[in-house]
Amino acid sequence: MPINAERSRKKLTSLKVNGRVYEKALSPISTLLEILREDLGLTGTKHGCELGECGACAVLLNDVPVLSCLTLAVECEGKEITTIEGLADGNRLHPLQTAFAELGAAQCGYCTSGILCVAKSLLDKAAQEKKSNPGRELSRAEIKEALSGNICRCTGYLKIIEAIELTAERLNLFHRCEPVREDR
Amino acid sequence: MTLKVIGKPIPKVDALARCTGKLQYADDLIFPEMLFCKIYRSPYGHAFIKKIDVSKAEKIPGVLKVLTGKDFPISFGILPVSQDEPPLAEQEVRYVGEPTAAVAALDENTAYAAVRAISVDFEPVKPVMTIEESLKQEMIHKIAGLEFGDIEKGFLESDEIFENTYFYEGNTHLALEEHASVAVPEPDGKLTLYSSTQVPHYLHRTLAKTLNLPPSRIRVIAAPNGGGFGGKSDVFSHEIVVSKLALLTGKPVKICLTREEIFYLHRGRHPVLMWLKTGVKKDGTITSMHFKSLLDGGAYGSYGVASLYYTGALQTTTYKMKNYKFEGARLFTHKAPCGPKRGHGTPQPRFAVEIMLDEIAEKFQLDPAEFRKKQLVEPGSVTINYLKIGSISLGKCIDKVIERSGWKEKFRKLPFGKGLGLACGSYLCGAGLPIYWNPMPHSSVMIKLDRGGGISVYCGQIDIGQGSNSMLAQVVAEVLGVEPSEIKLFCADTDFTPVDLGSYSSRVTLMVGNAAIQAAQRAAAFLKEAVSEKWGIPKTRIELSEGRIWDRENLNLTIPLAEGIQLAEAKFGAICAAGSYTPPKSPGNYKGSGVGPSPAYSYSASVVQVEVDPETGNIQVEKVWIAHDIGKAINPLSVIGQVEGSVYMGLGEALMEEQTFRARYQGVHKTPSMLDYKSLTFKDMPDVETHLIEDPDPNGPFGAKEVGQGPLLPVPPAVANAVYDAVGVRIREIPLHPEKILFALKNKPPKKNFPDFHAPKIISVPLPSLSEERSRQPNSSLTPDSSASKNPS
Repeated sequence: MPINAERSRKKLTSLKVNGRVYEKALSPISTLLEILREDLGLTGTKHGCELGECGACAVLLNDVPVLSCLTLAVECEGKEITTIEGLADGNRLHPLQTAFAELGAAQCGYCTSGILCVAKSLLDKAAQEKKSNPGRELSRAEIKEALSGNICRCTGYLKIIEAIELTAERLNLFHRCEPVREDR
Repeated sequence: MTLKVIGKPIPKVDALARCTGKLQYADDLIFPEMLFCKIYRSPYGHAFIKKIDVSKAEKIPGVLKVLTGKDFPISFGILPVSQDEPPLAEQEVRYVGEPTAAVAALDENTAYAAVRAISVDFEPVKPVMTIEESLKQEMIHKIAGLEFGDIEKGFLESDEIFENTYFYEGNTHLALEEHASVAVPEPDGKLTLYSSTQVPHYLHRTLAKTLNLPPSRIRVIAAPNGGGFGGKSDVFSHEIVVSKLALLTGKPVKICLTREEIFYLHRGRHPVLMWLKTGVKKDGTITSMHFKSLLDGGAYGSYGVASLYYTGALQTTTYKMKNYKFEGARLFTHKAPCGPKRGHGTPQPRFAVEIMLDEIAEKFQLDPAEFRKKQLVEPGSVTINYLKIGSISLGKCIDKVIERSGWKEKFRKLPFGKGLGLACGSYLCGAGLPIYWNPMPHSSVMIKLDRGGGISVYCGQIDIGQGSNSMLAQVVAEVLGVEPSEIKLFCADTDFTPVDLGSYSSRVTLMVGNAAIQAAQRAAAFLKEAVSEKWGIPKTRIELSEGRIWDRENLNLTIPLAEGIQLAEAKFGAICAAGSYTPPKSPGNYKGSGVGPSPAYSYSASVVQVEVDPETGNIQVEKVWIAHDIGKAINPLSVIGQVEGSVYMGLGEALMEEQTFRARYQGVHKTPSMLDYKSLTFKDMPDVETHLIEDPDPNGPFGAKEVGQGPLLPVPPAVANAVYDAVGVRIREIPLHPEKILFALKNKPPKKNFPDFHAPKIISVPLPSLSEERSRQPNSSLTPDSSASKNPS
């Protein structure tokens, strides 16, 4: 039986997720998405296709966004995994989460986990670059480019972009060129 | 009275749950000993089942149960008139992906292995894949024929007659959450089903029917939907199958569909072939309109009868019409069943009408905006097909988008390749009739006040991402004078929330909102009674505000809300109140008049600016201006979000989204994945400028109307009209693929032929004869005139 064969090849792996270390016997064919949701109970990471097409399952691997549905869990040993559950610092929400709530950037909320992870990585990278290049600022085009792998069917993307810009503004990484529009 | 909570752009009450990954959708639920279900689906578009052999699957270790069609003798369907769908096909499969057998196993991989081990002996038949072929073979689901007034007389009165064929391709919802359900058998033999559904009440009824159990033994809990758009408003085979498996195995059973399966599940936009003939006077007055629609319904009924009538119903709610005739048919094909998608049956005719209006305006050299504004129906009037209009501020919507887009400076004046298009739309605020005929309320809300000050609200409605939870909390908070965050919501659980018919037909804000106002007012009445007695002042002087109870005339006299609740509880016992809402009776009384009536209608106008590359045919949408007549925005933040989402989805339909099939390969789906089914990404989405026009409707809660569906309607025709303004080619079908534009630029616009179709029976409905005066009073109760009620029905 192929299923038994798979089971026999399970390997004890230690995964570091949101700063906490989990020891699990992992099948070599299990995806990070499956392990996070089913073995670790971290169901905040969602899935919309499990084929790497929608971006809903994006998490951070050493601060870089990856699609957890296409990442084998055994490959993540020794790396820092960050999921939506790890964005807030205890009870203190990540500024992106606050801005998303404030501006209505999450409608059904199903794509939100993946989008927040990708956006966090973008902001962190920009903040890092700003250290060596004080003039570094994010642009709307960069935000769109970074998130072009994430599909959202509810919002039409606009409020998501605005929430990321608002966060970037608060972190001193973005300056609005135009005043806030009449319809906002 | 000034409003404290209504009209404030506050974050949704569940925003943080949705931004922290803590909201649990159906697939996030895990139960001990849970089994996993997978479904065997038909590989053929049309085939007869000669034999199903599940013996190999049953022998696989870890497989607990395998079900086939013979385990489900009772068929189902969302409408009482279309109970045509078997939970699992037994003798015949009618589309690729039709559920044919199901397994429950200890884990998902074993369930997959078992599905692969099922062997079905099919006898394939050539599938019918087009409207024309289905019509030829008389695979007719439903035919409608209605005439209001006398169209031939109307055409004689016109100066010019316009006639054309239009085609709106089918497309799918593509909600990001994959449909999931978990059935849990309870120790007392009852069953609980958690499901991603927009219609827990209809699901409850269907389960009772197909499982042959009393509804009292079944509990349905709608999990928060990860997007719906109509795609979760049908009852699905997998929901019935896991329920049965749970009852038979005694274990919880979960299913989560794959994205590919959801393309087969579909119930999305019907492909509709349309023919439109309009008679117009030189001043733009529409004297007559004749509209025919042929709907490609796919394999099963779904909401199809309603979808068909909707293609003919709402043309009349925007522009005045003297004579109107509608003939249509919904046809069966061997494709995934179509159903309701955002706008349900109305974006297609709206596409045809709004393009034709553009053509008429051009012919008579009228400004398309002024031309439309001259035809608008009056507030408080009754349309030719007996729809009672409440508030209408479409004129203001048109003015706003015209002004903001710079229409007067740009239209027909931009250089070749750039263009502007205008279109309008109108949508229901809830269907006036339930899908099964009954005299009970459409929505109910219960409120329980705790002596500690807590306010619990119970309602059958389900938030599908549109923000209806916040709407409910805001309405109750406004009446009881507290912050929305103080409200505890318990929703969409058939065991302990009163019925709401579901999150479809844009009904929740109006119907749940009104029921919530009534419930909250009744709860407040207990408090006012008890407090006025204690203070020895009239009840009318008592005011609930800022979490306290006040004497309006002596603001020093005040107590916290909790204290008031305690006084009321001491006087009356436990403080519980319920409110309900039933829509007003529609003036129409002819066969087919059940589709179209609504307590109110929303309106939108949109201008779209495009750049078309004549070398590639590629359309770049540069900007969209949209104004929506919302009545009153309960939460402008959520409302603007709904408008932007509608524009996004409308642009997707106009430019790229299509659900199409390969006729020569047994009817397989062409693009059953998110990569192949094209939708707009972050980089494709243009800037959208949204304006809300507030003109409170007498029937809306605080005057509010819908926003979830209406703003989609003007977008596809506005894009097509903009393409014409840009490069001078009139494309009468969507999606507007670049090759269609290139072809039209080089040759002539693609033109579909409309088959020779006439409804065999036309119901001739006399015109509503209402005096001018009565028609101007929005609140006047209207009854059909005597001749209408005599009409055969």
